[in-house]
Amino acid sequence: MAKEVKFLQGNEAVCEGALYAGCTFYGGYPITPSTEVAEILAARLPKVGGRFVQMEDEIAAMAATLGGSIAGRKSLTATSGPGMSLKMENLGYGYLTEVPCVIVNVMRGGPSTVLPTGPGQSDVMQARWGTHGDHPAVALTHSTVQEQLEETVRAFNIAEKYRLPVILLTDEIIGHMREAVEMPEPGDLEVIDRKRPTCDPKDYLPYAPEADGVAPMADFGSGYRYHITGLNHLPDGFPSNDGKLAQADEIRQQNKIDDNYDEIVKVEEMDCEDAEIMIFAFGSTARSAKEAVKAARAEGIKVGLLRPLTIWPFPDKHLQKYKGKVNRIIVPEMNLGQTILEVQRVMEGTVPSIEGIQQIDSEPITPVTILNKIKEGK
Amino acid sequence: MARHAIRLSGSGGQGMITAGIIIAAGAAVFEGKKSIQSQSYGPEARGGAYKAEVIISDEEIYYPKVMAPEVLVALTQEAADKYSKDLVDGGILILDDLMVKTAPKGNWDVYMMPIIRTAAEKVGKAMVANVVTLGALNEICGFVKPETLEKAVLSRVPKGTEDLNKSAITAGIELAKVAKAAK
Repeated sequence: MAKEVKFLQGNEAVCEGALYAGCTFYGGYPITPSTEVAEILAARLPKVGGRFVQMEDEIAAMAATLGGSIAGRKSLTATSGPGMSLKMENLGYGYLTEVPCVIVNVMRGGPSTVLPTGPGQSDVMQARWGTHGDHPAVALTHSTVQEQLEETVRAFNIAEKYRLPVILLTDEIIGHMREAVEMPEPGDLEVIDRKRPTCDPKDYLPYAPEADGVAPMADFGSGYRYHITGLNHLPDGFPSNDGKLAQADEIRQQNKIDDNYDEIVKVEEMDCEDAEIMIFAFGSTARSAKEAVKAARAEGIKVGLLRPLTIWPFPDKHLQKYKGKVNRIIVPEMNLGQTILEVQRVMEGTVPSIEGIQQIDSEPITPVTILNKIKEGK
Repeated sequence: MARHAIRLSGSGGQGMITAGIIIAAGAAVFEGKKSIQSQSYGPEARGGAYKAEVIISDEEIYYPKVMAPEVLVALTQEAADKYSKDLVDGGILILDDLMVKTAPKGNWDVYMMPIIRTAAEKVGKAMVANVVTLGALNEICGFVKPETLEKAVLSRVPKGTEDLNKSAITAGIELAKVAKAAK
């Protein structure tokens, strides 16, 4: 049977993805251009036995989201730049205490309020390094409304499997545009739930990782009593001032993501096989890049697109394949040069030229701008 | 390749975004075409010129924004002046005769029609001016089949307003027929 097709807004697709993944808690505070996520889930969650709480600000919203997850519910919050800035302290708490949840950042410009209703891509580095301290980070980014739904499900899966907050880094264009979406049936997409303890509650050690580096997580209130702290902690969850232990634990957390690069990192490669020029673009900018690649190919220019669907961890291995093969890499992004720093880190010295197209005027980078850049060096 | 780029503009609250969603959804859901609806607006909740954009195509659409529309609908003077600048040469310009006093100058096929007055006086509610617009727009441009437009409108409007919206579509079609005949 043909699948149901709905005409959805990007933010609506986040909600459909969250519900598909089994999300039953939203702790939020509304902000343009993410507000539709809160608005829709406020109506939908109670109908599936879920809870929606609007908190007094984004700081509390992040705290509530972590709390919802600790109580055993798959939890979501959505925000944009200014709200993301406020969430950072509690986000760090979520990393250290290994609480799975999904944070949607519908990117607009920045810093502060600037142009609140237009698109931006300036929060790439914030998604990696926004909260203080060393920690692993996973951030997904995507270019269509269909992907917005599917990647929300994937974000929950990664969060649940590896026990960490996952950021869905989208932007105002994808968040607010509408496209046809083929609705997945139950079973079409994988849905992963966190490991829960099966031992006797009195033997439960909340921070004793198993061989995969991940400890089973008990729901608060389910009879497994345990302690959670933002301090460095022992396997029983209580604080310890042992620096060697703190270092080893942080390295374990980083490894649980790094060791699973192949599962977590996803990219799309378009016309890359024989490419002499590579475009590296994500999110809505990748849509412009695709159109530019099509137009350039029609003129016989050998250009390809590498589009990360996982931007953190950065797709090092996928890029490295093209060392010595491409002459130029062009990195268009709606910021003043963030992703390009990572491309340089991976490819410097193996590609003659790495060039950026950078724009923060609240307008999308057009296909023509990218096409002109492609032709400039020819 | 058939690719249509449409811009619907007006003042906040006139329902041009809803109109854009309806026609784009109709093309995608009921006719299996590729379509995208997007919009841009300022921080105001009401008032201020804004635009909704729709692309309908037989092929994959990458860049989601409209750079040079072939059709512009403008329900206010400000929107007409602001958004007609990149209307393609020979494009179609649909204006409301109550709100737009001076049609912008250009080599366009201009339809100056009583859209808002028809909604208020003939259909009975000024609120359905956006659906009157859709009836007229589709009669002039034929983006989707007439039955698709009706299905798409009815799938997006509140229950109990079906008859009102059907008469709004019909009134829009009539307006366009009269305007075409006068050319």
